[in-house]
Amino acid sequence: MDRRELLELLRENARYSTADLARQLGADEEAVETAIAELEAEGVIRGYKAVVDVEQLDDTPVRAFVECNVALDRETGYGDIAQRLVKFDEVRSLRLVSGDYDFALEVEDDSMGALSRFVSEQVAPVPEVTQTVTHFIMTSYKEGGIEFGDGDDDDRLSVTP
Amino acid sequence: MSEFRIADRVASVPPSGIRRFFELAEEMDDVISLGVGEPDFTAPWRARQAAIDSLERGRTSYTANRGMAELREEIAGYVERYDLSYDPDDEVLVTAGASEGLDLAFRALVDPGDTVAVVEPCYVSYRPGVTFAGGEVLSVPTRAEDGFELTRDLLERSGAADADLLVLCYPNNPTGATMDREGLAEVAAFARENDLTVLSDEIYAELTYEGEHASIAALPGMRERTVVFNGFSKAFAMTGLRLGYALGPADAVGAMNRVHQYTMLSAPTTAQYAALTALRKCADDVGDMRDQYDRRRRFVLSSFEEMGIDCVEAEGAFYAFPEAPGGDAEAFAEDLLEAERVAMVPGTAFGAGGQGHLRASYATGIDELREAMARLRRFLDAEQ
Repeated sequence: MDRRELLELLRENARYSTADLARQLGADEEAVETAIAELEAEGVIRGYKAVVDVEQLDDTPVRAFVECNVALDRETGYGDIAQRLVKFDEVRSLRLVSGDYDFALEVEDDSMGALSRFVSEQVAPVPEVTQTVTHFIMTSYKEGGIEFGDGDDDDRLSVTP
Repeated sequence: MSEFRIADRVASVPPSGIRRFFELAEEMDDVISLGVGEPDFTAPWRARQAAIDSLERGRTSYTANRGMAELREEIAGYVERYDLSYDPDDEVLVTAGASEGLDLAFRALVDPGDTVAVVEPCYVSYRPGVTFAGGEVLSVPTRAEDGFELTRDLLERSGAADADLLVLCYPNNPTGATMDREGLAEVAAFARENDLTVLSDEIYAELTYEGEHASIAALPGMRERTVVFNGFSKAFAMTGLRLGYALGPADAVGAMNRVHQYTMLSAPTTAQYAALTALRKCADDVGDMRDQYDRRRRFVLSSFEEMGIDCVEAEGAFYAFPEAPGGDAEAFAEDLLEAERVAMVPGTAFGAGGQGHLRASYATGIDELREAMARLRRFLDAEQ
């Protein structure tokens, strides 16, 4: 079985049943189960989550991107700093990026106040952190590859040659 | 009512065989249609953007009759992947869809009384096109037992040796059949021996899932007797932009262009700009769509197999052509539509060889396909 294609399908919809995955891959169900188990064991698949439009929730959490600059020294590398930051539940993603700053954090909290406090009390004081710039997310048009619009209606004729 | 006397060659052509079925399906709500002969995807965004840009820049005049030189060059380069080599100056003609190209070929190459062998089941336009041009249609039915491929034996038995032209389409609508080089070589030999002109509709070329697409025009001695048709409707999901092209020797394409210049003048300019960008920048979009069709194809074929429905292993286009359980495709299609709101087109709409079969298009999202297969399963269970 083509693992790349299996991953593509799971990244498209992690809730496909094993039977439907098998049908689409032209493989048998057992082989699909085995491949998924392997991918999980190898750490290629790290989890399965729903893509939620949080703006539709009653209690919309507040989210922000935080640009974060750090100063390294002989004893401290990017990995060491990352290890401290990933432990916070508020940090939804943490990436080392190229460009004007070092880390890009995606943080989420219950309110703007709580999120601001988190950045100023937990991120900024980390000794190696020299600067943070916080961008609050105002609205989201696409998450995890899924567009948040109403979608296009299928305007094709129902039967055509 | 007025009292027009409709010309015989038009009056003699029956309305499309899928028309009645279309009307049935249109009357109902909540129908999942596997009866659609066009992609469910929209044209790649870059191609649409190019169309918009061209409008903003005011590119709204005619182009050269044969199509923009830049586009013809791009097309000539693009088809090299199929071992086809055509001079963009006089061997490439940009048309309003591959359908216009076929119509031009019939009008330019068929004299009244000429016989055109049409490989069936096939797209619904070939027969009327031949009739409009004054030609006689000779049906060459293919069979499920041959995987709906065309063989020398089928050509011989149907009397195609005496025909003037041969029309074939692989990957095929409605069967999903493809033909490899070896199979086509047999057909090519027959065409050469019997001096047949070949019109090869390759509109689904890019949507080949097993092996590589082979063009009959690339076989020895075939270029000089073949016109190839392709376009942007299927692989690039640009049906409504109406853009296709014909490739052939200068005399054939020149004659087709003579009809084209007096009737169409030039293919839609906006669409030509979209097509230029489609060829230059949308290979990834085509690849993604092809991957998705392929998964759906496997999904549908596996589902049919699980349900005990016999179906030839469709390897191209976006159709499967299963046998109708019980044998009566019209009755089955109508009952299924009535009971479970799933539309599949009876194979007879596509000519000889289609009886007893249903065309299931998988140009439909995977979620709808899953639901359609679940409904079909329920329908079959209830029938037993």
